Amino acid sequence: MKGYAPILLAVALLATVPLISSSNVVLNFLVMALLIALAGQGWNLLGGYGGQYSFGHAAFFGTGAYVTAIIQMRYGVNAWLGFVVGIAAGALVGAVIGALSFRSGLKGSYFALVTLAFAEVLRIVASVTPITGAGVGTLIKLDLRPEAFQFQSRAPFYWIVLGMVGISLILARMIERSRFGAYLVAVRENEDAAKALGVDATKVKLVAMTISAALTAAAGGFYAQYYLFIDAGIAYGPWISIEALLAPIIGGIGTVFGPLLGALVVKTLGEVAKLVTGGAPGLDLVIYGGVLILVVAFAPQGIAGIFNGLHRRIFRRTQPAEPDRG
Amino acid sequence: MAEALLQVENVSKRFGGLLAVNKASFAAFPGRITALIGPNGAGKTTLFSIISGFLPPSDGRIVYAGNNIAGTPPDRLARRGIARTFQIVQPFAGLTVRENIAVGSHLSRLRRADALAAADDVARAVGLGEALDRPAAGLTVAGRKRLELARALAIEPRLLLLDEVLAGLNPSEIRDMVPVIRAVVDRGITIVMIEHVMQAVMSLAGHVFVLSEGRIIAEGSPRTIAADPRVVEAYLGKGAAGRMMAEGAAHV
Repeated sequence: MKGYAPILLAVALLATVPLISSSNVVLNFLVMALLIALAGQGWNLLGGYGGQYSFGHAAFFGTGAYVTAIIQMRYGVNAWLGFVVGIAAGALVGAVIGALSFRSGLKGSYFALVTLAFAEVLRIVASVTPITGAGVGTLIKLDLRPEAFQFQSRAPFYWIVLGMVGISLILARMIERSRFGAYLVAVRENEDAAKALGVDATKVKLVAMTISAALTAAAGGFYAQYYLFIDAGIAYGPWISIEALLAPIIGGIGTVFGPLLGALVVKTLGEVAKLVTGGAPGLDLVIYGGVLILVVAFAPQGIAGIFNGLHRRIFRRTQPAEPDRG
Repeated sequence: MAEALLQVENVSKRFGGLLAVNKASFAAFPGRITALIGPNGAGKTTLFSIISGFLPPSDGRIVYAGNNIAGTPPDRLARRGIARTFQIVQPFAGLTVRENIAVGSHLSRLRRADALAAADDVARAVGLGEALDRPAAGLTVAGRKRLELARALAIEPRLLLLDEVLAGLNPSEIRDMVPVIRAVVDRGITIVMIEHVMQAVMSLAGHVFVLSEGRIIAEGSPRTIAADPRVVEAYLGKGAAGRMMAEGAAHV
């Protein structure tokens, strides 16, 4: 099917990396980039396609991470099942926050602030409640068996997160080509006009937010299994809210590949910053801020937009017979 | 005459201390154009917003196809066959003309390909066939007005509310647009139009209601309305009709 081929190609290419390089540094870097790509695709579905800018995707990431961890450690449930429940819990948190905000008609910066507030409240609650391990955090017991969603080497982790990114790319493409996607974009462009054409804007936004939250929660659950430790600052901290929105904005907001491209660029810049500055804390954020300003000012469609522009220019040059009707 | 498709009964709308619409009543009958005219600020667009569900009325009933629809949200009304255009055009600016119209076509079509194909047909019917792949943001004023009409038609409505689709067009653009609107009525769609371009109202409308300061002050055929002294006064001020009569008599 046209449109899915680039996705399969990109995933297939990335899948060969562990076969070429067994370096843990490389794989670790790519796992984190793909994790951000997954969380960022979640943000992109709601923010990029739906125009609802969330500053609090940590609420979903953290819920996915904590529920995956807590359900295994406290209730002895299988890690894979815990992971699925974590995704469901994240989706539920998305649906609840979405229902509360959209039914009260919150838009734009008000929506952004409310999502930020929810994420912060969850962070504070998680840092004091016993079930999350409060300030100490939650450890997942080491159990290096595939049944326990833990592996000896990093390669299986890498393929799993790559598989999830692949699913998120296909999902984004499917939504792009569906009625739901058309309605979502219509709501982003002009909510009143969409309503006049029979679009139930509240419902469309709510569904988008639920899917968005589920994807970001999947990234959170994966994070817990990968590092086997989370605390309130990691799970619900603002870092993930920022990276989840930075990746799609830099990569190309409202495009299928934007979050993946952006995540690779953002993570590369982060590593470069660490090398150059010797790991001075916070400097990666300064770099992110600088890049964000440049992208917003000079390439509002992000990296994907630059690619599309080049593609169009080359295409036009090779076909001079095509009359320009623009 | 057949039963009215739309019956507005004593509808009022209050914004704080301002009575924008004051017990307005009118009816629209199937297969013809009903025009709503009146000076600026008379409450015409407010009345449209109430009928299309964007504003709840403070008082009164709106009977559409036999049911009171007052207070029903706009998307539900759209699914029941009421389409509207916006006086200040509201295109999905980032989308192409085809994608804009397809949002409407999707109402009765789940598949993307079907909706896009239907959008092509609608675009051609309103004369936007050439502009299908252009971004909506790049259209001229006349193009945007046509796009408003096309999107509304794409939901295949029974009742179409047109809010000044001719405003801002030059005389030749108006001449091009009038047959497009007439073709819509000929397909059996009932139209209520707010319009300031009297030349178009005269040639299109079967029945005219005049709204002034929130109240319906006159109704009738376009010809009787144009001669009604209350209407002249609503537009030109109190006593204007009398003075014009006197002047007219003096010139004879």
